[in-house]
Amino acid sequence: MLTTLHQKKSLQLLMGLLTGIAFGFLLQKGNVTNYDVIIGQLLFRNMIVVKIMLTAVLVAMIGIHAMKAFGLATLNPKPGSVGKSIIGGLLFGVGFGLLGYCPGTVIGAAGQGSLDALLGGVIGILIGTGLFAAQYQQLNESILQKGDFGTKTLPDVFKVNEWVVIIHVALLIIGLLIGLEIAGL
Amino acid sequence: MNWLRMTEWSPYVVGAGIGMLNMLAFLLSNKSLGCSTAFSQTSCMLENMLTGGCASRKTYYQKLQPLIDWQWMLVIGIFIGAFISAKLSGTFSIHFLPQLWKENFGDTMLLRWSTAIIGGILLGYGARWAGGCTSGHGISGTAQLALSSWLSVVCFFIGGVCTAMLMYNVFWS
Repeated sequence: MLTTLHQKKSLQLLMGLLTGIAFGFLLQKGNVTNYDVIIGQLLFRNMIVVKIMLTAVLVAMIGIHAMKAFGLATLNPKPGSVGKSIIGGLLFGVGFGLLGYCPGTVIGAAGQGSLDALLGGVIGILIGTGLFAAQYQQLNESILQKGDFGTKTLPDVFKVNEWVVIIHVALLIIGLLIGLEIAGL
Repeated sequence: MNWLRMTEWSPYVVGAGIGMLNMLAFLLSNKSLGCSTAFSQTSCMLENMLTGGCASRKTYYQKLQPLIDWQWMLVIGIFIGAFISAKLSGTFSIHFLPQLWKENFGDTMLLRWSTAIIGGILLGYGARWAGGCTSGHGISGTAQLALSSWLSVVCFFIGGVCTAMLMYNVFWS
């Protein structure tokens, strides 16, 4: 691993900025910084968000695990629980539908001039994250711990080698994408 | 360099590019692409300004420190990158109401603004509750095959699809 590079603080800040510029550029070119495209996906009128996400997962999944096998990357799967992932996920989903952007695309939308994203979405998210921090201790002692499964991964769940899961997920994604193209979506 | 000026790239090109960015982030920075922590950090910094540093004492911010770090810079970068892309393709425009919104809910700015604020609050609250957003869980986390990420992203879309369908009258039109 490139540990020396990882520890160069100012250089890493610059790398974060450059990565973000490339990310924002791609999101805008993919049109997913547009409210109409995101809501269109949630209403199944287009499939752009799904196509982008599935392709990104396919490439990153194979790439990250290959780098891990060669000792070039350490994985850092996030912990979760039934209370955390399902309830948090659904709350996020309702917000996603109301706002029509997610925390990454709302910034991209602001960058392309969408004021509803900048003056509505961004301010709302800042309030929401602040509220969560205020209630964190209570929530953590109750609902966030319900059905805790830690940093378990799919290979842990199915008790198989990670490459077995990777091949299955990859085939499933490729099949889905081909299916979408055949259906003309 | 005509392709930099195009208004739309194939979703497969964009997706593959984001996938490769994820790999680069792991390789060069030991980080994964994620956006919602930067909002928590900014929220804490703003609250600190108003309360004279009281927000940092909260348990949550002991765990997630309000620093300007790699992920915070990433979010600033997204703004710049989207701006450059939109400028190059000529799609940059200052506007408040999205087209689809206008067609369905008219042009009252206050209605869109209040919906966006409420949506944003739930989005920020839910992202921190679930521990990630559409990038952190939806792409980086699922690519690492994390159970938490697969569960979360399915719930993001269940919540989003149901909300959008209710708003746009899919059920009773």
